[in-house]
Amino acid sequence: MYNRNNPKGWLYLLPALLFITVFMVYPLIDVFVYSFEEGYNFASQTYTGVGLYNYSYILHDPYFLQAIRNTFILVIITVPLSTGIALLISLALNSIKKLKDLFQTVFFLPYVTNTLAVGLVFMILFKKTAYTEGLINLLLNSVGISSVDFIEGPYWAKMFVLCFYTVWVVLPFKILILTSALASVNKDYYNVARIDGTSRLRMFTRITLPMISPSLFYLIITGFIGAFKAYSDVVALFGTDLNAAGMNTIVGYVYDMLYGNSGGYPSFASAAALVLFAIVLTITVINLLVSRKNVHYQ
Amino acid sequence: MKIVLEHLTKQFISRHNSSEIVTAVNDFNFEIPDGKLVGLLGPSGCGKSTTLNLICGLEVPTQGKIYFGELDVTDLPPENRGVGMVFQNYALYPHLTVRQNILFPLENLKGEQKLSKEVMNEKALEAARLVQIDTLMERKPSELSGGQQQRVAIARALVKTPGVLLLDEPLSNLDARLRLQTREQIRRIQKETGITTIFVTHDQEEAMSISDLIIVMKEGMMQQMGKPQEVYNHPANLFVAKFLGTPAINVFEGKILNHKAYIGEDAIMESDAEDQDIYVGIRPEGFIPDKKGEFSCHFDRIETTGRDTSIVCHNDRCISDTDIRVIVDSDDELNNENGIIRFNLKPNKTHLFSRKDETVI
Repeated sequence: MYNRNNPKGWLYLLPALLFITVFMVYPLIDVFVYSFEEGYNFASQTYTGVGLYNYSYILHDPYFLQAIRNTFILVIITVPLSTGIALLISLALNSIKKLKDLFQTVFFLPYVTNTLAVGLVFMILFKKTAYTEGLINLLLNSVGISSVDFIEGPYWAKMFVLCFYTVWVVLPFKILILTSALASVNKDYYNVARIDGTSRLRMFTRITLPMISPSLFYLIITGFIGAFKAYSDVVALFGTDLNAAGMNTIVGYVYDMLYGNSGGYPSFASAAALVLFAIVLTITVINLLVSRKNVHYQ
Repeated sequence: MKIVLEHLTKQFISRHNSSEIVTAVNDFNFEIPDGKLVGLLGPSGCGKSTTLNLICGLEVPTQGKIYFGELDVTDLPPENRGVGMVFQNYALYPHLTVRQNILFPLENLKGEQKLSKEVMNEKALEAARLVQIDTLMERKPSELSGGQQQRVAIARALVKTPGVLLLDEPLSNLDARLRLQTREQIRRIQKETGITTIFVTHDQEEAMSISDLIIVMKEGMMQQMGKPQEVYNHPANLFVAKFLGTPAINVFEGKILNHKAYIGEDAIMESDAEDQDIYVGIRPEGFIPDKKGEFSCHFDRIETTGRDTSIVCHNDRCISDTDIRVIVDSDDELNNENGIIRFNLKPNKTHLFSRKDETVI
């Protein structure tokens, strides 16, 4: 009936293929090539040799190692935490009737709020200035804890703010996905389970979780990828000189290598980007392997 | 286990208008004897499913009591009532195999009731054998046909050997052939286990064919309860008469005058009732073609569908939605003069109903 090599089919795909080739495939190959060209010069478009020097350089660059460390801490803390909190909130939302719509709207608001605006609000909450200690510090003081500089202070304080912010920013989307996943689970499953005397915990682990596992898996994968690509949130909180603040991320490092104070090193940037790519790919493959056993598509 | 409902009433607040109260089940009083297969029959929206949910405990009655045997279960939660329920869409857990689905209720048992793995497996296999799916234990529900899924759902409901089995529209998701097969299966399983079984259906043929007793409902009110053939032969009111039987009963406007029942000018039978306006219901098989018959109709055509020959005719007094349908033996002699066909009526197939409240006279 249908022919896999139907030329018409390829014709219909052509516009999309063209765009993908020009704007995705070619740059990807280009980045790959850059990452092996040593001593590349932007202006003259020349390089001195081909090899692994770029990788060796960034892997010995303390700023890059700091960026990797920051990114991993961010990922490991925020992905499970935000998914877990989103699941709890969604379960709660799903179990109430009154004001459900109101709460859903409230929880969704951060999603439609501008990142930089939200960053400013967090600055006001956390930043210590000459005029004020910041709202959070005032709260801490009132219970007898001395002020902490969350924005320019110790590393753990900055990391705390970053994680807090990231979790808060990604929650709405996760809640949205999970509430709709929960709502689409047929109520009859729960009715049968009730008649059969199933405990609430068992209903959750044996019915709810498997039923929403595709959505959950989707959120974990996109959560990992999103957190590995963190950049704008960090800038919003700590400004553009992230290396100095010790809060750089891998994407931040790539950007700095291209355009920042230490800018003009596309080869280093490309190598860093490929390291990030390798990390994300590995994590995603692991996720997929784990999901084979635990995700139930209908 | 016998089931007794006493003044059972369930009211809901209307979804569209919160000041309006909808009575889904209105003052039910009946007793279902132990070990019977009972069909709860009625048009959609008449409260059948609500009744079932009240019996299994998913809904709490507004008023009234439910007894299983001597035990008042009105305030018991569903898990303590010892009921098994099969939902219309079967509600099999899609991520679990047939075996895991059937084991699910057993794994819920706690404390002293807790069973060993071997006993659970044995019980699951026994239930699966009963419904003849024991060869499909490792499949997922999506790999089964509708009829097989249905039987898995029954096995899951039966595995705890409940005192009462409830089936909500058990056959409505199956195609016509499977429906026939499956209803025989339900009949057989019920007879083998002897569990008191209530099933809900809107299909009168389904209910008539396998039930020991049927309960006909309309708008939350119980209309009649009895053996299927009894209810068919002696409908309590016009609704029951119209609801049972295919082709449907033919209904005419008529009157009683001087102890005779008339349709139009034709005196069709004697009646001791006082003079009044009435409805006359005549079953399709209640007509005997006769040249000198007391009842006349305008002949339209003859339809032969398989074994039945039916005469389609009309009469000005007929208030059924369709033309009059008369089922006759193919060897009956038809008399058709000037487009008028005459019948004698079988008294036991002809029912008179009061025009006022539609009850039988």
